[in-house]
Amino acid sequence: MNVIQQLEKEQQKEKVPALRAGDTVKVHAKVVEGTRERIQVFEGIVIRVTGGGLRQNFTVRRVTHGVGVERTFMIHSPRIDKIDVLRHGDVRQGRLYYLRGKVGRAGRIRERRSAVAAPAEAAPAESTEEAEE
Amino acid sequence: MKGLLARKLGMTQLFNPDGTTSAVTVLEAGPCKVLGLRTTEKDGYSAARIAFEVAPEKKFTKPLLGEFKKAGFEPHRQVVEIRGYDGLETGQELKAEIFAAGEIVDVTAHSKGKGFQGLIKRHKFSRGPESHGSMNVRQPGSIGATDAARVFKGVKMSGQMGNVRTTARAYKIVRVDAERNLLLVEGGVPGGKGALVLVRQSTKPQKVKGPAGKPTGRKV
Repeated sequence: MNVIQQLEKEQQKEKVPALRAGDTVKVHAKVVEGTRERIQVFEGIVIRVTGGGLRQNFTVRRVTHGVGVERTFMIHSPRIDKIDVLRHGDVRQGRLYYLRGKVGRAGRIRERRSAVAAPAEAAPAESTEEAEE
Repeated sequence: MKGLLARKLGMTQLFNPDGTTSAVTVLEAGPCKVLGLRTTEKDGYSAARIAFEVAPEKKFTKPLLGEFKKAGFEPHRQVVEIRGYDGLETGQELKAEIFAAGEIVDVTAHSKGKGFQGLIKRHKFSRGPESHGSMNVRQPGSIGATDAARVFKGVKMSGQMGNVRTTARAYKIVRVDAERNLLLVEGGVPGGKGALVLVRQSTKPQKVKGPAGKPTGRKV
């Protein structure tokens, strides 16, 4: 392993959920308000996952008060406390930009049925997070 | 002015405590050794001769081997002089620790060669119109006045781009890794991966930011 790979590995979190577009997640992000730091939860649907390794990031979309809000997070960022995967969605696209044009029931995503198709990493990560709660 | 020779290992990303990221270049700093010193009395100027990377003896000429023998260590492939680097002794080892995080440095290296390039890429000329019968899409345009009856030296034209020794100034050192002997500087430095680079304390004057080092507040 070369030095750059080492430097990147040091910054990576040991355990991150294997996210896919269509997953419903709860992102616990640290925010600073004045001098105080608190954790803000952002829940929504993952509409894209880009990059890999240290640079992997994902965008979460939610609709609040009729306004679509999208936030992009770096998966290994120290400002992210925890990512809970609530459910896996059954989608065919890698980038769910079509959700931007959908309102209400049209924007729903079916839950993924087959457990076989679920990535192996996701299962243990989920179970530990549920145990913490 | 302190400095040393290093190898560029490549670039990566560092997370800042506030969640933003910085692109950094990883430099393997030395270890270099001081081959000798130039002094004002003897040589007319003061400088330090820095040697980097051990190489087999057969690679050297006898005069250079003699210098290494005199300095008392094995021959090194790369030798440079750094002007005005005081407080060194012959044989002393230079590592990443000579710099500290937050310091500003200049980096000298051979830039990546781009080959023979046109004016648009090489000198940032703008292109002509592409349609309506235009035939000067990537042409140079005028290269001088008619009364001069010649082309002046230094007129920007197409030619070899890159692969020149260049100094890029004022890089901030983000981190010094003493254990692995690394320097992490913010941004990209000239040269490809594995390039030999000379890292020196910056000569660029730094702008003073407002009182007490804080940026001056914008008046609303």
